[in-house]
Amino acid sequence: MRFAIPIVVLLGLLALFAVGLTRDPREVPSPLIGKASPAFALPGLGGTPPQLANADLKGRPVMVNFFASWCAACRNEHPLLMQLAKDGVEIIGIDYKDTDAEGLEWLTRHGNPYRVVAADAQGVMGLDWGVYGVPETYVLSPEGTILFKQIGPVTEQAWREKIAPLMGRAS
Amino acid sequence: MVDLNVMGIRPLGRVSFVAVVLGVLAVLLSTGVQAQTPGLNEAQDTRYHQLISELRCLVCQNQTIAESNAPLALDLREQVRRQLAEGRSNEEIAGYLTDRYGDFVLYRPPFKASTALLWAGPFLLLLAALWWAMRWMRNTRAPVVRRRDIDEAAVQKLLAETRAALAAQDETKT
Amino acid sequence: MLAELGHFALILALAAALAQTLVPAYGLLTRNSRALAVASSAAQAQFLVMLTAYLCLTYCFIDKDFSVAYVAANSHSELPLIYRISAVWGAHEGSLLLWGLMLSGWTLAVSIFNRRLPADLAATVLAVLGFVSVGFLLFMLITSNPFDRLFPVPLEGRDLNPLLQDPGLIIHPPMLYMGYVGFSVAFAFAIAALITGKLDTAWVRWTRPWTTAAWAFLTMGITLGSWWAYNELGWGGWWFWDPVENASFMPWLAGTALIHSLAVTEKRGLLQSWTVLLAILCFALSLLGTFLVRSGVLVSVHAFASDPARGVFILAFLAVVVGGALSLYAWRAPKLSSEGELRLFSREGLLLLNNVFLVTACFGVLLGTLYPLVIDAFSLGKISVGPPYFNAIFFPLMAPLFVLLGLAVFTPWKRGHLGEGLRRLRVPALFALVAAVAMPFALQGKSSLVIAAGVWLALWTLATAPVELIKRLRSKPTLLAGLASVPSSTWGMTLAHCGLGLWMLGVVSVTGYGIERDVRLGPGGEAEMSGFNFQFAGVQESKGPNFIADRGTVTVERGGRTVSTLEPEKRLYPSQGSVMTETGVDVGLFRDLYVALGEPIDKENIGGDWSLRLYYKPMIRFVWLGGVFMFAGGLCSVMDRRYRLANAASPVRTATPAGAMA
Repeated sequence: MRFAIPIVVLLGLLALFAVGLTRDPREVPSPLIGKASPAFALPGLGGTPPQLANADLKGRPVMVNFFASWCAACRNEHPLLMQLAKDGVEIIGIDYKDTDAEGLEWLTRHGNPYRVVAADAQGVMGLDWGVYGVPETYVLSPEGTILFKQIGPVTEQAWREKIAPLMGRAS
Repeated sequence: MVDLNVMGIRPLGRVSFVAVVLGVLAVLLSTGVQAQTPGLNEAQDTRYHQLISELRCLVCQNQTIAESNAPLALDLREQVRRQLAEGRSNEEIAGYLTDRYGDFVLYRPPFKASTALLWAGPFLLLLAALWWAMRWMRNTRAPVVRRRDIDEAAVQKLLAETRAALAAQDETKT
Repeated sequence: MLAELGHFALILALAAALAQTLVPAYGLLTRNSRALAVASSAAQAQFLVMLTAYLCLTYCFIDKDFSVAYVAANSHSELPLIYRISAVWGAHEGSLLLWGLMLSGWTLAVSIFNRRLPADLAATVLAVLGFVSVGFLLFMLITSNPFDRLFPVPLEGRDLNPLLQDPGLIIHPPMLYMGYVGFSVAFAFAIAALITGKLDTAWVRWTRPWTTAAWAFLTMGITLGSWWAYNELGWGGWWFWDPVENASFMPWLAGTALIHSLAVTEKRGLLQSWTVLLAILCFALSLLGTFLVRSGVLVSVHAFASDPARGVFILAFLAVVVGGALSLYAWRAPKLSSEGELRLFSREGLLLLNNVFLVTACFGVLLGTLYPLVIDAFSLGKISVGPPYFNAIFFPLMAPLFVLLGLAVFTPWKRGHLGEGLRRLRVPALFALVAAVAMPFALQGKSSLVIAAGVWLALWTLATAPVELIKRLRSKPTLLAGLASVPSSTWGMTLAHCGLGLWMLGVVSVTGYGIERDVRLGPGGEAEMSGFNFQFAGVQESKGPNFIADRGTVTVERGGRTVSTLEPEKRLYPSQGSVMTETGVDVGLFRDLYVALGEPIDKENIGGDWSLRLYYKPMIRFVWLGGVFMFAGGLCSVMDRRYRLANAASPVRTATPAGAMA
C-alpha cells in the first residue's frame, strides 16, 4: 500500500506545523539554566559600590536585570520592577553597554528599583551570561544557580507564573 | 542488471572522494584570499573568516556575525579574533559560544543524537530511493521464456493433433 | 469609494469561484453538460472581477489614499510612482491579491486554450482551480483584506520597506508567483487524471506545456531573487539558504523532476502514478512555501508580517487541499497502470534516476529548513541549520545529476547499451577533464580538487548538451535545412541544459576564486585587490526622494586606466528609521567589482575614515545567465509544434500499453 505513504507523511508534517505555530522561533533559550551563574566583577554605576561580584549575589534568591538607557522596551517593564522592589523583591541592575552618566540620568528619571547597580560598559558580563538583547532578567537561587531567564520585558504573567514561585513568593 | 563496477568508480574511491569534497568545500565555500586581520597569522586569518561566516548573529537572526553590523555581532567577532590570537582551536571557540548561547549560534548544526537524522537523512533516503527504483525497474521486465522451459513433448503432440484435424477438414471438402 | 468597490469585487470573485467549482462538480456527478460548460464562463467572470479588485488597489496606491490601511502601511507621499505601483505586492495582503489575480489569469488561459479538450476533463481542471481560488479568496476576505480602512486617516504612510525599493521588487515576485500559480494547473490536471482514472496522450500533451511554462517562470523568479539579494543586501552573497529562498527552491527541484517525468510519460506512457504524485507535490510545496513565509513559524529575511492566526488558516487550507489530493491519490492511483519495461540503461531509466536525485535533494532542503522546528517542537532546544549544512548536502547530491545528464544524451529510449554509451562519451569526458585541470591554472593561477571537479561537471554539461541538436543539424544536407528541421523542444532542451552548465561554471568560479577585503580608508586612501586599484574619495551627504544618504565615491583603476567610478551609499529612510546599504557594483560578464560602505570610524565625522568592503567576484554573472538560459529553454519547449497541433486535432487517443508513440 505504498500509495498511502504520501498522505501519512503529510499528516505528520501538519502535526509538526500545528505545534510550530505555538512556538516562537526567534527566542533563544539560555543553556545556563540549572548551572552556576558565571563569575563577574564590575564597578558599580557611578562608582558606588566600587565593585560588584558574583559572590555578592549568594545567600538569597535574587533577580539580575540587564537594562540600558537606550532601550525602549526596558521602560515597559520598569513600573513592575518598581512595584516588586517596593514589595521587597531584591533586584540587581546591570547597566548594559551604556555610559555612567546616561544610566544614572535614566534611573533618576524613571526611578531606581535596584538594590545595587553595576555598569557593564563593554558588555563583558553580558557576553558571559549569554545576553543578546535588553531587557533580559535572570533569576538566581541562594546558591547562585541560574533558575530561569526572562527574555524581553518582565510581564505580570511572567512574574506570577514563572518567577515568583522560584523566589519563594506567592505572586 | 548493470554491473556497478563497470561504471568506473569503485565504492571505496567514491567514499573518499565524497569525504574530500566535503572537507575541502567547507574551507573553500568561505571566500578566498582576505586582508590580514590584526594579530592573526595567515592560517588563523583563514580560520577567522571561516568561523565568523558560520556563526549566527542573535540580534539580526538572518545574518552571520561576519555580515551583521549589530553591536553584539561586532563584540562576537572581536571575541573570535582574540581567542584565535590566543591560540584556541575552532572547537574551543565554538564551545565558548555554545556554552553561552546554545547550539542556536552555530549555522553548522553539531552532529549529535538529536541531529543524526538531519545529517544522515538525505543520504539514507538516496540509498533507499535508489534501491527502490532499481527493484521497481527490475519488476517491469517482461518475463523471458527460455527454450528449456518449453515442454517439447506437449508441443509435438499439439502439432500432430492440429495436422490431423486439418487433414480431416481437407478430406471432407473434397 | 474605490476600496469598497475593490472589496465588493473580491466578494463577487468568491461567488464566481464558487460557481466555477460547485456547478461543474455537480455536472460531473449528474453528467449534465450544461453545468460543465458553466466552468469556462465562471472562470472568465472571476478573472474580470479579480482584475477590477487589483486595479482598485493599484489606484489607491497611485492616489496615495492613506485611508486604506494597507496603503498607509506600505506607501509614502514621497515614494516614487513605480514603487507605489509595485508596492501593491510588497506585503502580505496585496501579494495575496496578486496571487489571486494570477490564479484567475492562468485559469482564464486554461479555459480559452483548452476548448478541444474533452468536456469533462476541462471542467474538472477548472473546478479544481476554482477550489484553490475559493481558498485564497476566503483567506483574503476573512483574515487579510487589503481594502480595510483605517480611521483616523494618517497624514503620512509608513513607507514601503526600503529593502523593497529596488528594481528587483518590480519583477521578482510577479515571476515567482507565475511559477507557483502555474503549478496549480499541473496540480489540477493531476487531480483530473485521478478522478477520471486515466492518463493518456492527450492528458500529457495538455499538461506538459503548462507545467514547463510554470517551471520556466519559477526559474526566472528565483534567478531574479538571487540577483536582487546580491545587489541589495550588501555582503556580496547570491544565495543564503534562507527559509524563504528554500521555499521557492523546493518547488523548483520538484518541478524539474516533474518536467522530466512528463517526458517519460509522454514518450512511453510510463511512470504515470509517479508523475501525478510529483504534480501534487510541486503544488503542495508552493503552498508550503506560502505557509512558511506568512505564519511566523521560521525566522527569515523576508519581511511579511507574521501572524499565527493567518498561519492557522493556511495550515487548514493546506490540510484540505493537499490532504484531499493525497487521499485521492492513495485511493485512485492504483488505477493508473503503466505497462512496459523500464530498463536502467535507457533514457527513461536515466531520467528516473534524475528524478531520484532531484527529489532527494528537495527532501534534503526540506529537512534542513524544517529541522529547527522539529527540534523545537520536541522541546529539544533550539538549533540553526544554515549554509554549511545545505552546501554539504546539496552539492554531493547534485554532482551525479550532472554526470547523468551527459550520459543520457547518448542513450536512446527503451534500450541502450552501456558499453556503447561509455565509448561515445569518452571524448567529451576527456576534453572536459583536460580543460578542467588546465583552465583554472591558466586563468587564475591556482586550483584545487574541488574546483577542478566543479569545472569538469560544468564543461561536461556544456559539451554534451548540444549533442542532440548537432545530430539533427547533421541529418540534413544543408545547415539551413537542418535549422528548419530542429523542433522547438530540442532548442529548449539544449538551451536549458547549457544554462545548467553555465550556472555551475559561475558557482565554481565565484566560490573558488572570489576575494573579499575589509579595509579602512580615509579620503584619498587606496586599496589594491586582484590587480585593481580602488581609490576612495570620501563620503558626502546626499538626498533622495524619500531618503538621506551618505554617498561614497570609489574610483577603480587598472593599469593606469580608470575602469569605473562606483558610488556606494548608506541610506537612511526616515519614515521607517531603517538604514540600507546600496552597493556600488561594476558589472562585467566575466567579473564583478563590488564595493559596500561599512561604518564611519568616527560616527560624528562622515567625511573621515570609513570601513569598506571590497569584493572581486569572477563569473558571477554566469550564475544568473544560467538561469536566463534555462528560462529561455523552457519557453522554447512550450512553443513546440506538437502542442499547437494537438490543440487543432480533435480525437483523443488512448495510449497503447507498450507506448507506441513517435
